[in-house]
Amino acid sequence: MALNPEMASAAPVPPRTYVRSAAATRARFLRQKVVPWLFIAPILLVHFIVVIVPSVQSFYYSMTDWSGIGAAEWVGFENFQQMIFDDSSYRSALFNNVKWLLVFLTVPFAMALVAAQLLAPVRKGAMWFRTLLFIPYVLPSVINANIWRNLMSPRLGLGAQVAQWGENTLGTDQLAVFGTAFLGKTETALMSIAFVDNWHFWGFLMVLFLTAMQGISQDLYDAAKIDGANRLNEFIHVTIPGILPTLAFMMMLVAIWSFLVFDYVWILTQGGPANSSEVLGSYLYKQVFNRFEAGYASAIGLSMSMFAGIIIGIFALLRRRGWEI
Amino acid sequence: MFGSRRADSLVPNYVILLLLVVFTIGPLVVLVSNAFKSPQELIANPLGLPMRPTLANFPEAWRVGEFATTIGNSVFLVVTTVFVELVLTGLAAYSLARLNPPGQNGFMGYMLVGSTLPIWLFLVPLFYMWSKMGLTNTLYGLAILYVAFNAPFATFLLRAFMVQIPRDFEDAARVDGANEVSVFTRVILPLTWPGFLTVGLVVGLGVWNEFQTALIFTSNPKLFPVALSYYKFTSRFGRDWSLTSAAAFMMIAPVLILFLAMQRRFIAGLSQGGIKG
Repeated sequence: MALNPEMASAAPVPPRTYVRSAAATRARFLRQKVVPWLFIAPILLVHFIVVIVPSVQSFYYSMTDWSGIGAAEWVGFENFQQMIFDDSSYRSALFNNVKWLLVFLTVPFAMALVAAQLLAPVRKGAMWFRTLLFIPYVLPSVINANIWRNLMSPRLGLGAQVAQWGENTLGTDQLAVFGTAFLGKTETALMSIAFVDNWHFWGFLMVLFLTAMQGISQDLYDAAKIDGANRLNEFIHVTIPGILPTLAFMMMLVAIWSFLVFDYVWILTQGGPANSSEVLGSYLYKQVFNRFEAGYASAIGLSMSMFAGIIIGIFALLRRRGWEI
Repeated sequence: MFGSRRADSLVPNYVILLLLVVFTIGPLVVLVSNAFKSPQELIANPLGLPMRPTLANFPEAWRVGEFATTIGNSVFLVVTTVFVELVLTGLAAYSLARLNPPGQNGFMGYMLVGSTLPIWLFLVPLFYMWSKMGLTNTLYGLAILYVAFNAPFATFLLRAFMVQIPRDFEDAARVDGANEVSVFTRVILPLTWPGFLTVGLVVGLGVWNEFQTALIFTSNPKLFPVALSYYKFTSRFGRDWSLTSAAAFMMIAPVLILFLAMQRRFIAGLSQGGIKG
């Protein structure tokens, strides 16, 4: 026993004692079982209180008519019934999230794939392109949103300048359509917000794809060249399979985020005009802080988490089916 | 066309990439140049470079934007959050990598699940819990939230750095009579500081830019961090572009300088899981 160096240093047990004393056992238990958890306990406690406790409470409150203050009365599944069958605002917000999902599963992915593919063979200045295209991702949403609010202004923005140029230089009002208030029209508000969010996001995706592409063996490209593949063939048959794990994982994350979006919507339109850009996040916010429907808002939050869970489930299923993602 | 496949020309690549850079950076150039225009010039020339550059917007934006207060708030939030985050997740990561806590897989699984729970799931009860505890409208209340939100990412990243260190190094220190604390401070920390730096940068950047949580958990303008304050500022002075642009410039300049100086570390850290939509 004395040969065990851990024991020797753990407790002042005199060597050559062949009976394990109670004190030594306790010291050993403390050292091997308790101390490691003392290191973990503080962050676990903070995370548990901030994330897990209210997550569990959320299930309870979603079944009540709680206003945020005072007592909550149990109403069973009434909130969910109302949400699914009677609340057209909820439905149209959800529909906007689905539109958002479709846009974000296509536009940024297409842009990022093309740019990464173009950047992969570049040596000179590659670092600069990577850094510059990444910049909007590190800037605060409030600033990105305000830059584009100005650029989309019907009075002084980019479109307004185009319209003015058409009128003054070309003598046509055909271009006047560009001078529209993109964020102030029900037809264009949601897509304009998506445009701004994507402007800030796609470069991040591009860098992830670029990193994944650099992990593909050059031999595969050489082999494709020998087989007479052009750039497009290479892209489809070598690049895409090579980055598939990254591609699929990011599609899953982007799909999840599409149900949780809030920042850019709230900053640019607060869901307006006439709720045309309302998403579940902004709808939930209004339910809590404008209408004091904390119970109902909990139910909405639960439904949003469920959508995110469904996305994770779909990907887990595809994986089990043998998709290499 | 004439056997050009032998060495594909990169000219089209450069052309398209440059167009994408213009699309990405152009709006930022407009922002910076607007910060140097007088309000009169801005109306005549809203998108071009400043013809008669002025610095007058900056002190004005500093004053009306109450930057003296809000930058102080944000610096406090960033420093507190990063410090507490590094200490608490550093301890946890050290335990996971070295001390072999019983049931550590359970804890890792817990953190993995915790990192996927969306804020909307727990936001409502959390808000009322925080206000009952008197933690809404306090900076440290906000910092605790940021520490918790970033905990899974920070724990996993630091653990990954720590498991890479050969155990011989620590054993040598132990043989020399070092206790666990000095093993940590004398051996582990000097070898894993890049991990701590990465976590610090990612978490610090996130806190500096953060909007949603601050919007929900603070209503007292004296406690607004810069991002939230800028949002309120633009809704009040939205029409005064030279003023809002100057404010934006002051807010992003430190971030941009830090990013350009350490872009490899930022990009690596952000792509390792400091990922948020």
